[in-house]
Amino acid sequence: MTKKKSFLDVLSTSTFLHILFSIFLGFLVGALFLVVMGLSVGEAYGRLINSVTSLKGFSYVVVYSVPYIVAGLSVAFSFKTGVFNIGAEGQFVVGSMAAAVVGILCPNIPKPLLIPLCFLAAMAAGALWGIIVGFLKTKWGINEVLSMIMFNWIAFYLSNFIAGIPAIKNEGSAEATKNISANASMLFSKSFIKSAGLCPTANWGILVAIVVMLIVWFIIEKTTLGYELKAVGSNKFAAEYGGINVNRSILTALAISGALAGLAGALQLMGMGSRISIFSSQEGFGFAGIVVALIGVSNPFGVLIAGLFYGALMYGGSKLNLVGAPTQLINVIVGTVVFFIAISVIFKNIFRRRARSPRSIERQAEKEADKK
Amino acid sequence: MTNFMNSFGIILYATLVYSTPLLYAALGSCFSEVSGVVNIGIEGMMTAGAFTGTVVAYFTGSPWIGFVCGGLAGAFFGMLHAVATVNLGADQTIAGTAINMLGPGIVIMIAKVMFNSTDTIPLTATQKIPKLFSGVFDTNTVFGRFMDNVFANYASTYLVFIAVLIVWFVFYKTRFGLRLRACGEHPQACETLGINVIAMRFACVCISGFLAGLGGACVTMTVSTQFRPISIVGQGFIAIAAVIFGKFRPHGALLGCLLFGFCSGLKVVLGGSSGVNMHLISMIPYVVTVIVLILFVGKSRVPSANGKPYIKSK
Repeated sequence: MTKKKSFLDVLSTSTFLHILFSIFLGFLVGALFLVVMGLSVGEAYGRLINSVTSLKGFSYVVVYSVPYIVAGLSVAFSFKTGVFNIGAEGQFVVGSMAAAVVGILCPNIPKPLLIPLCFLAAMAAGALWGIIVGFLKTKWGINEVLSMIMFNWIAFYLSNFIAGIPAIKNEGSAEATKNISANASMLFSKSFIKSAGLCPTANWGILVAIVVMLIVWFIIEKTTLGYELKAVGSNKFAAEYGGINVNRSILTALAISGALAGLAGALQLMGMGSRISIFSSQEGFGFAGIVVALIGVSNPFGVLIAGLFYGALMYGGSKLNLVGAPTQLINVIVGTVVFFIAISVIFKNIFRRRARSPRSIERQAEKEADKK
Repeated sequence: MTNFMNSFGIILYATLVYSTPLLYAALGSCFSEVSGVVNIGIEGMMTAGAFTGTVVAYFTGSPWIGFVCGGLAGAFFGMLHAVATVNLGADQTIAGTAINMLGPGIVIMIAKVMFNSTDTIPLTATQKIPKLFSGVFDTNTVFGRFMDNVFANYASTYLVFIAVLIVWFVFYKTRFGLRLRACGEHPQACETLGINVIAMRFACVCISGFLAGLGGACVTMTVSTQFRPISIVGQGFIAIAAVIFGKFRPHGALLGCLLFGFCSGLKVVLGGSSGVNMHLISMIPYVVTVIVLILFVGKSRVPSANGKPYIKSK
């Protein structure tokens, strides 16, 4: 019996539609809050949409989203391999700092060499941060979530410490590092930015993000390594029985995930920040990466789109106060979206039940009887 | 000797101040995790509690009403987490992440609307949680000063130690506790014995939110007197770490929180006196935790059904 899939059937099975529906509900809840606060929904959402749809606005969105995408890929990779990389935050921070140190101390290396060198330094630092956690887990059985939380803070204070070292620290009064050398910067030339009408921090980081996305997809889907990592992620014991070295797999997975988060830190620094401030609290790029990976359901391409979406909300949200709406509305919207994605299993059940309920079957039968 | 006693007293005082909110949250985390629900939303629940506690205390003038309302605000987000994870079978990590965004997002937005700023108005001395035994000890003697430093502490600190005892008793000496632990180990077996796993877990996640909310309220109603967006920065995650450190036992979590608090206290004293870089000193609590884990704690056994949604018909 072949029959066309009903709309409800599609709704119950398509992850993509679940996410769209969750996003819709997120904005609906955001609108409810706006109404309760006595603000105009149209004005606030209008501002949100306007600020990201102009060419300049969109270039801001792309620039904003690059670190989110790559951090998201890092977390997505870890999810695929059965580890929850809550330590992306720390890996991001050490990666960013490693790139800054190289970018500040080696200003004379030509651009085509210095940029890859900064990337490598960042990836090595991030990978190291991941491997330490993996080593603690495989050697002493220490829970990785616990040690990642600790290493996030160690990274945070380490970065603050390095930023204060005389060779690195800004000569002025700013509590930050020096600016990285122009040779390490990924910004487009000033004249190009002006003539094209892009935002002042327009850079080619998005190309790196897309390449990284393709590489991650390739590793996960097309290589033996990816297969082994996924096997360990879904069932450690079965994988071991199948002859896979579980401990080595965990270390590899954490190293790759850490390297990606570190690279995200470098991209943020070389594309936007050009220097690192001494912070009083964590910036949260790694935690944003978790959210992006969740919205993108750990699918590399999904993460790219989710990263752009998140970047758009973050940039658009920063303009919300112009119409008197609090910027925190964005967190409420994103939180609601993630919440509904978490319970999207329920959509499946609801729509499937509707599609398969006795009454709808009766109705179907009646319709067919009518046709005859 | 006088100096040492003074410093030691200050370290112990700081230990208690730092560990109190962590302990409330850690006890909360115990309830949720031991019953089989991963709750990384503790951080968001703490933020909700911190804001609500301060605001209610500010408007009612009573710290205790504020404190309890802080707990209830945490419980509200706990309930959201429970509905998603226990009733609807949602992924527990994702739902927890959502709570961590929703909690701070909503309360900071409310703060903006109410006070036209992300900070609340500072509490006065009578609106704060009171200190017990202040002025009881003679601060002119070295010993008296030491006792004053350590024991003239906030009532919430005394309460949390009582709470640890109660939670330990509930976990290991009552029928409810036995069932709770069983739900986290083998829910199917529980159900066959007539225990309502769904109801048990729902209750535990709500209790977890309540305790996390109290922990948050402790932060803003004792040492600092106002809620700011940076009032709760990572304490929730540290509390979770303390629970894993303590192998998912309330008395273990107590040790974890005290160790962390002690190192933070050490940080305060060392930061003031030694010439070592402040940022390096700030690392001490985290580095020491890792070292203690390697040397003394080792492998942590997670409740076997932790993180797995329970579906009744299975």
